[in-house]
Amino acid sequence: MPNTGKSTLFNRLTGAAARIGNWPGITVDLLSAKVLLASAMVEVVDLPGIYNLHGFSDDEMVVRHFLETQAVNGLVVVLNATQLDRQLSLALQLKRLGLPLVVLLNMVDEAKRLGIRVDTEALARSLGAEVALLSAKYGQGFERVRGLIENLLRRHPAAQRGHAEAFREDEDIEAELASLVGQSVHAPALLDDTRVQALDRWLLHPWLGLPIFFGAMFLLFQLVYGVGTPLQDLMEWLLVHFQRLALDPLLAGAPPLLKSFVEDGLFNGVGTVLTFLPIIVVFFLFMAVVEDSGYLSRAAFLMDAVMARLGLDGRSFVMQLMGFGCNVPALMGTRVMRSRALRLLTMLVLPFSLCSARLQVFLFLTTAIFSPRAAPVVMFSLYLASIAIAFFTALLWRKRFRSHEPLLLELPPYRLPTLKQLVLQAWQQSGHFLKGASGFIVIGVMLVWLLTHLPVGVTPASEQSWAGAIANWMAPAFQPLGIDALQSIALLFGFVAKEVMIGALAVIYGVGEDALKAALAARMDWVSAYSFMLFTLVYTPCLSTVAVLKQESKSWAFTALAVAWPLALAWGVSFGFYQTARALGF
Amino acid sequence: MDTPLDQLLPRQTAEIQSIQAEKEFSRRLFALGLRPGQLIRVLRSGPLKGPLHVRVGHTDIMIRRQDARRIQVRLAPQT
Repeated sequence: MPNTGKSTLFNRLTGAAARIGNWPGITVDLLSAKVLLASAMVEVVDLPGIYNLHGFSDDEMVVRHFLETQAVNGLVVVLNATQLDRQLSLALQLKRLGLPLVVLLNMVDEAKRLGIRVDTEALARSLGAEVALLSAKYGQGFERVRGLIENLLRRHPAAQRGHAEAFREDEDIEAELASLVGQSVHAPALLDDTRVQALDRWLLHPWLGLPIFFGAMFLLFQLVYGVGTPLQDLMEWLLVHFQRLALDPLLAGAPPLLKSFVEDGLFNGVGTVLTFLPIIVVFFLFMAVVEDSGYLSRAAFLMDAVMARLGLDGRSFVMQLMGFGCNVPALMGTRVMRSRALRLLTMLVLPFSLCSARLQVFLFLTTAIFSPRAAPVVMFSLYLASIAIAFFTALLWRKRFRSHEPLLLELPPYRLPTLKQLVLQAWQQSGHFLKGASGFIVIGVMLVWLLTHLPVGVTPASEQSWAGAIANWMAPAFQPLGIDALQSIALLFGFVAKEVMIGALAVIYGVGEDALKAALAARMDWVSAYSFMLFTLVYTPCLSTVAVLKQESKSWAFTALAVAWPLALAWGVSFGFYQTARALGF
Repeated sequence: MDTPLDQLLPRQTAEIQSIQAEKEFSRRLFALGLRPGQLIRVLRSGPLKGPLHVRVGHTDIMIRRQDARRIQVRLAPQT
């Protein structure tokens, strides 16, 4: 069953770091680990949480496919002890598989507090399975569970397949469930949980709920980037000093081209990956709190009316907001969505969030081109454009990515994650990012280095370089946007990371960053500057985003779409703006 | 008198009578504990005609209004 603490138990059992979340069915990839149990190496697989063996949600199909095709020694089913009135139906369905079964009733601490008593012996008799109570979070009852699993392994040393009939629909389960619950679970028919209700009264208040939600999100945003950005600066400082103290002396005798390749290509690529790391760790630390607390499902409840019209839901909105800091962790955060279509649509929309890297470019350009009075208005209009373009994209593509899962979300009770869970989660996410995206990013950065530094002997990023040749070739496409060839080379750099665009412009114009403002003001009027900023806002945010899009979607086709669509849109938006403004005589 | 679930007011409790939905959806409802004979209480509805927050048995669930319309309930005598 989703949201019952499977992953927590899996972590305890294997010592490995499975992801944990207070969200229905969080485990995305099938995590597995080899553990020594009953003096044999056993592979433990963490299957996604499901409601029903016969269902057709993505997760349910994964589990059914696994059980149909894999032979196993036994199954361990984790149920939430406070919700046995319905969760036992899954145990009944699994019983029909005829496989050795251990049923664990988790969260006994919560059940006890709510006045729910379970007759485990009656349950064990009816299910023909071992039944044990457990609190996986705090480790109570864990040794006994381990013993039960080891016993099961000793009695059934050979792996076997389940009975195929179990996968067919069964109408009798309804009656069976009623009698089983009647025999073994003693609890009030409708639960009264005063603690949850008191919190919900405020957090889900008809008028105050949304302001509180936005306040909480604002606070979270401030916390994540307030803590993360200094760490990012620290990482950059370390990298600069590493280059000055170790790399420079080492490469002192090397030919200039090799030195430039190692420092500006290779080291710069590795540095790009490393500077993302602090923000990802911090983001996932805080997201773990939000997720495990159960507030994320409440956010979905609050924002659903608006987001449903866009084909999205409230969780997409939370990630969209987080994307204003940095798109990369926000994209990774979409894993809380169980429906693939919904998740892909959210990932298509997310990169339009005006992230802090783009903010740097816009702050520089607006102060260079616009008057101090106009600059804030221009900034604000760019934020509005960011949201409008995201909504427009969702509206346009929602038919292609229609989610077939009806939105029925559990609103779990509020819980606090333990420190260990938080650290595990942040650790695992960072490792995932490093493994999945780093190679892609480093290669991309080196590619742009090659384009701007070859053929041998050219001034980097000048019109004579390969990048310059490409820019000249693309000039007919950029001219109608008011963007000249040199500026389009900066856009090529911006594909790697928006932070480097200003530096790139300085190199291209051959001036220092201080003199760059004057150089830009001499070459751009406000119409072409705004057109340039619109293009920068809409097209691919950075290489790291593309790497994560690929890593999370596991589809090249989707990644290609997520790059091509914003490019086309960026061109269209800039073209529309530039030509209209010029036609109006500006 | 049977009414659709989305007509219930917050804090009203009712007994589920029948569910008119395709197999996949009713299966999901069943798994979450929504089945005929069960008591269901509407706790609140989301802002701007948003989803309903209901409690069935021991579980709190959010359900969109268009989905709630397909569940027929009968008001339980006030307790």
